[in-house]
Amino acid sequence: MSTLRDTLLLANVSRRHFLKGLAAGGALVVAARWSPLLADEPLYGAEAMPNGWVDDPNVFIRIDEDGIVTVVNHRAEMGQGIRTSLAMVAADELGAEWEHVRVEQAPGEEETYGNQNTDGSRSMRHWFAPMRRAAAAARTMLEQAAAQQWEVPVEECQVGVHVVMHTPSGRELGFGELAAVASQLPVPERDTLRLKPREEWRYIGQDESSRKRPFAVDGEDIVSGQAVYGADIHLDDMVYAVIARPPIYGAQLRSVNDEAARALPGVIRIIEIPTVGQPAGFEPLGGVAVIAENTWAAIQGRNALEIEWDVEAAGDNARYDSTQYREQLEEAASSPGQLVREHGDVAAAFNEADSLIEATYYMPHMAQAPIEPPVALARLVDGRAEIWAPIQHPQAAREGVAGQLGLAVEDVTVHATLLGGGFGRKSKPDYILEATYLSQALEGRPVRVQWTREDDLHHAYFHAVSVDHLEAGLDSDGKALGWLHRTLSPSIASLFAPDPMHKQDFELGMGFNTMPFNIEAIRLENPEASAHVRIGWFRAVYNLPHAFAIQSFAAELAAAAGRDHRDYLLELLGPERQIDPRNINESWNYGEDPEQYQVDIGRMRAVIETATEAAGWGRELAEGRGLGLAVHHSFVAYAAVVFDVEINSDGELTIHSADIAFDCGLQVNPERIRSQMEGSIIMGIGIALQSEITAHEGQIEQDNFHQFLLPRMGIAPDVIRVHLVNSSEDVPMGGVGEPGLPPVAPALCNAIYAATGKRIRRLPVGNQLTS
Amino acid sequence: MATLTINGQVHEVNAPDQMPLLWAIRDVVQLTGTKFGCGMAQCGACTVHMDGEAVRSCVTPISAAQGREVTTIEAIGEDAVGRRVQQAWLDLGVAQCGYCQGGQIMSATALLKREAHPSDEQIVDAMNGHLCRCGTYTRIQQAIHHAADTEGEDA
Ligand code: FES
Ligand code: FES
Repeated sequence: MSTLRDTLLLANVSRRHFLKGLAAGGALVVAARWSPLLADEPLYGAEAMPNGWVDDPNVFIRIDEDGIVTVVNHRAEMGQGIRTSLAMVAADELGAEWEHVRVEQAPGEEETYGNQNTDGSRSMRHWFAPMRRAAAAARTMLEQAAAQQWEVPVEECQVGVHVVMHTPSGRELGFGELAAVASQLPVPERDTLRLKPREEWRYIGQDESSRKRPFAVDGEDIVSGQAVYGADIHLDDMVYAVIARPPIYGAQLRSVNDEAARALPGVIRIIEIPTVGQPAGFEPLGGVAVIAENTWAAIQGRNALEIEWDVEAAGDNARYDSTQYREQLEEAASSPGQLVREHGDVAAAFNEADSLIEATYYMPHMAQAPIEPPVALARLVDGRAEIWAPIQHPQAAREGVAGQLGLAVEDVTVHATLLGGGFGRKSKPDYILEATYLSQALEGRPVRVQWTREDDLHHAYFHAVSVDHLEAGLDSDGKALGWLHRTLSPSIASLFAPDPMHKQDFELGMGFNTMPFNIEAIRLENPEASAHVRIGWFRAVYNLPHAFAIQSFAAELAAAAGRDHRDYLLELLGPERQIDPRNINESWNYGEDPEQYQVDIGRMRAVIETATEAAGWGRELAEGRGLGLAVHHSFVAYAAVVFDVEINSDGELTIHSADIAFDCGLQVNPERIRSQMEGSIIMGIGIALQSEITAHEGQIEQDNFHQFLLPRMGIAPDVIRVHLVNSSEDVPMGGVGEPGLPPVAPALCNAIYAATGKRIRRLPVGNQLTS
Repeated sequence: MATLTINGQVHEVNAPDQMPLLWAIRDVVQLTGTKFGCGMAQCGACTVHMDGEAVRSCVTPISAAQGREVTTIEAIGEDAVGRRVQQAWLDLGVAQCGYCQGGQIMSATALLKREAHPSDEQIVDAMNGHLCRCGTYTRIQQAIHHAADTEGEDA
């Protein structure tokens, strides 16, 4: 925003300078090259993202005369700790003392900040380098300012901790004292910057034990109720909205009787929002909004609406039954489908095999269900839209609102609040577009749209239901000769275009065609599956069913071969080597360069060895107790999990411990990485044991948390041990937020098998242990 | 119309008797630390103290809060035990997104006030009504023990 830029003390640059800086290789160039028509070579990583990256210090770093360093954070904070971690990177490279560092949240404004779409576990791997360069440039400018002031060669000036020192004389000037002069200097050229070597880092990579507390930038605000989430902004004259949406994806409003609702105290107005057809994309679903003086009155008003929906407008979706659908996919899984990857001759391998094993696995729909349900506040002033919301992808909101209201994207301001959890739900701005629609209907008046938990569960962008069918042929020693895997799920692409009926590259690339086993004959297929609800990203996305099926099946093969699961898994993986994505028909590769980012079997083996060793793999266990293992590569990182569980004669499960070994390459903020791994263990336990969304006649059957079950403290392991390995700059940076999750459910189910001999193929476990 | 005492301040709230305390606190009094997560006593995000006892404000009508002392997360730091719990949360880096943590801290404080050194089992009993989608349970459990252990170290 211009107001932010106007206050930049370090902002020496004229607008012309500013643009020139960008054109040297930053966002503008990237944005131009990004268009597939213009691209003469493929782009990867941050370069390939819309609006690319920015490393201008004037955009991200401000130093005030009192010495306070403000780092602007442009990524969404949803608990992963990015506001703290990116500021650590900047503070370190700049030479700032953490106590004097503040973090300011950027609005949604990709033309200034570069890409802000916070998903895909890529904030750090895309922004570590630009943020370091921005801070190194600012550091250089401070050194130059000191040299000017002292009239000495700049080579004699060096940043220490929050000061610049004149090395020969021992003189010092604080950052604050230099800010005004530094701000008049041009930004140094990118290729002249010196980046600090690792020995000079004071914050990056430091574990919790070596830091002063409190460290997390939002910690104090969170524990004292001061942190600002989506529903925490009040504007004068604001009204509250709750919306009745079509109960079936694609149903239309036929009629509404709002007499009783309008008669309720506090209800102001009833407004119809046009229903959308399919595909819905990020558009609001439409329905009937109750505008009221407070949230409660709006909820009461909605309860009093009498609505008739045109259910037939939803077509097939009106008959969607998730149990029947599962049976249909299981049936379809017995026939061949579109070929995705093939090595060798599976049919011949099966002929030659001594034994054939097969299994079919199921993972249901789930809702992301962040504890903060979707919520957005919007107002329209002087032909501009202003929004406050918890949103992972502010640019999508701006573009959506601009299209909806006929505004330029620059005339839509999105203030990003903290997110009370995201998990992919808040990548989609439909709830923001509801608020802007209603504000427009109310002549620009500020409107807060509040989703209830029922809304959140009924109208999520659901995690795709999946059926995975696997077959393997083993020789007389139990060695796998051939491997066949068919995966069936509705595609997220169905949200944006006519249902393609097949998974797309970015979906298959999530652990399906990257299946890493060293088997002679491999055949991977993707038969058709149709979508009947809105399908969307859920933390780790299609990695979840792929990892569940592949890692469960590997354990089944080990059992069939009479082998130790860990040893067998290591044999399946084979020797240390790099698998080039291009050799396994994997074109997506999380958007990263296949030269740099390959599937590293050595790192996969290492996390297995670390996790199993830490868990005491192979030790004597009492009756009813078992250890279970799984490993998975996703978001260019590696995770292995071992559970120690016990199941008593009543089928009651106790989880004694979880060990997770994790390798994401260089660890910027190990403490927050640990917390992400702990959270992944807990969420994965819910996926394995409890969480399921079902549909009947097109309607979601779970209303609230008494029906959509999430793990509580009572089911949490007594202890979660996180083992971070290989914090290395020699390997490319990986993701953190998602890759811990995929191996959790299969590891837990493998532990249940080890303890009981009962093989779980259909999630969630639910009451399968007692029945 | 109800007279509510929240964090020691008296508020005249012009709202129907059955309005849940949660919405009176959030929308009328405009204290936003108390969160909405489910509206049916399933998640604990809305937990406040009523005369020192942890209650779910989303299912407590304002009529039931009349004449009681309501404390919210904004004021829990004024209480020695509450402050200790907050500090333990910071020391152990409990929060991820933080949305559930106000409610968690209210229940943890109420627990420590009636049971200075709770067992693991007592902690699970007191905290099992809270959901944390980010999965911070093991740290919450440790933080409650930590807060119990720092008793007497109050500033
Ligand atoms: S909002 Fe009250 S318990 Fe969930
Ligand atoms: S910290 Fe995010 S819900 Fe608990």
